[in-house]
Parts: sequence; C-alpha cells; structure tokens
Amino acid sequence: MSLLSYLRTPKKGTAQTAKERLQVVIAHQRTERSRHPFLPELQQDLLEVIRRYFPVENDQVQVQLEREGDCEILELNVTLPDT
Amino acid sequence: MSRVIVVTSGKGGVGKTTTSAAFATGLALRGHKTAVIDFDVGLRNLDLVMGCERRVVYDLINLISGESNLNQTLIRDKRIKDLYILPASQTRDKDALTLDGVGRVLDELREEGFEYVICDSPAGIESGALMAMYYADEALIVANPEVSSVRDSDRMLGILASKSKRAKEGGEPVKEHLLITRYDPERVQEGDMLSVDDIVELLRIPFLGAVPESEGVLHSSNSGEPIILNGKDPAGLAYDDVVARFLGEERPHRFLSAEKKGLLKRLFG
Repeated sequence: MSLLSYLRTPKKGTAQTAKERLQVVIAHQRTERSRHPFLPELQQDLLEVIRRYFPVENDQVQVQLEREGDCEILELNVTLPDT
Repeated sequence: MSRVIVVTSGKGGVGKTTTSAAFATGLALRGHKTAVIDFDVGLRNLDLVMGCERRVVYDLINLISGESNLNQTLIRDKRIKDLYILPASQTRDKDALTLDGVGRVLDELREEGFEYVICDSPAGIESGALMAMYYADEALIVANPEVSSVRDSDRMLGILASKSKRAKEGGEPVKEHLLITRYDPERVQEGDMLSVDDIVELLRIPFLGAVPESEGVLHSSNSGEPIILNGKDPAGLAYDDVVARFLGEERPHRFLSAEKKGLLKRLFG
C-alpha cells in the first residue's frame, strides 16, 4: 500500500463479504444434502427392482427431488432399453 | 497396497493438472512408484504439463477397450525413475470411459506394484469427473481463494460423500485434503482475499497446504517441467511441503503471510 492510498479514504476489504455470502450458500447446500441423504440409496434400490424386469444401465434410472413452493416432487425417470 | 488419489475441484482453471503433475512427481521423487492418469477425455493436457506430449502413442480409452496393453500405454517419465503417465484420449468420445474399464485399469496398476495412482479429474460434475473420483481412497480438493471455487469445492465434497464407491458401499469415507492454490498473502492481509482460515472454516476439511501465486507456474507448464522440480520457486517449495505432509512428515506452513516490505516500498508501493 503506498502513501497515496493511505491518503485516500480507507476501503473495507471485500474478503469479509465473500466469506459471509459463502457461509449462507454452503449452509444451504449442506442442508439440501442432509435433508435427503437416502436419495442415492433409493436410486440404487429402484435400479435393482427395475433390473429384475428390464436390463437397464446405471444411468438409465434417474431419481430427482425438486421443490415447488411448499411441495416436494420426487421424479423418477427410467429409460427402457430398445427391444 | 496401492492408494488411489483423485485431484478434483468442480471448477475449472484452479490448478488440478498443475497439482496432479507436481504431486505425482513429488511422490515418485521420494521413491514411491506412482502413476498419474488424465481423465479429461477430449481435452488432454496432463501430457503437456508433464512434458511427454510427443511420446503419447496409446491412451486410456485404447487401454480400456483392449486396443493396447498397460505397458504400451504407460509413458515412463524421462527424469524420474518411478513416475508413469497415462494420457487421456484426444479424439474418442467420453462414453468410451466406463466404470468397469477404469476399475480394471486400477487393478492392473495395483498388480504392477504401483503405490500411488493419481487421478487428474476434469472440471465439472459430469461423467469424466465421476469416473475420476469413483474409486478414490483419498481426495485432494483444489480450491482458489475465490467465491465460485469455494462453493464448487463444497459441491464436490457432497458428490464424494454420495457417489464414490466408498460412499455407495458404505465403507470408510474418502479421506479429504484441502489444497489452496493461487494464494496471495498480500491481498489476504489487505482484506481483499479469503484467507486459509476462512476457507478451512467454510469447508471444514483437513488443510494440507497452500500454494502461493507464483510466476514460476507458467514457466513450468511452458516448458513441461512439473513445478515441484523447481526448488527455487515458492510454488515448487510449497508442493514439496504438501507431498511431505501427505506422507506424514511434519512441515510448518510457509508462504501464508505477506513478506515484510522496506520503508521505501511501503511508502511508494
């Protein structure tokens, strides 16, 4: 920091702002993760059940949970193989 | 026993490949037989950073699809005895990379007596990144002191905790290490950059080390010499510390505080 910048009005660093914003974002990401920790297992279980009837690959069964207002929607997307 | 270590970040451009090259080189320098695999199918770059781009004949996809064997595909480093590079494919499409295939390659490396396998992950959270981290025993999370990188690192932690083999099979979780790169202690001191303490507090994983922003890193990739081979550059020295700490040595953290400036420099900047 040079003499000139000492004379200018002191500016608060932005690192503190970054930290505070990240605290909020990361806390949110972590609650989302812990809210439904069973999703991967659910996907695995569904995959096993579906496999009893169709030869599907891992990525052909997608399980997604989405929020719309107060409502949570569990979306299951299965791509059946061509016969 | 071999350990599989993924170098990952979510965000691009934070120094995954630089880190993979330096870390693998550092392990081999200490006499550990090490292979470093480029998982960035279609955007191969590890070969350039390692300086072996003219010696690539076969690649990871050739190996997985049985078009080449391990000995033909692995590139032996010309400088360091125990170091081998497994390049990514430049042309084939990503779907050729399969979990089973990657698993077979890792098994073969284990049988060949490799102690460490470093998986250089592509950016993003798509298939290539998932393949790179799936079999990991440990993860180096590379983060820059910058908001998007820190957030993405947290995303990667979530993915490691839910999509890795260890997570799926309910085993011991992947061991996580935080590596902060492009660190500028002066800007931290001025309050313009997140500090190591801030990032550790946000991500809550064990801190392995910080690599300072350094001119040497560009010279190192320009010439294909991993930065750790430059014993005069602060970033090279920091990577050397990181490898030593990883192997259990006690090394005090360096390059975390700004150099003290003389009076003249303080006055006139």
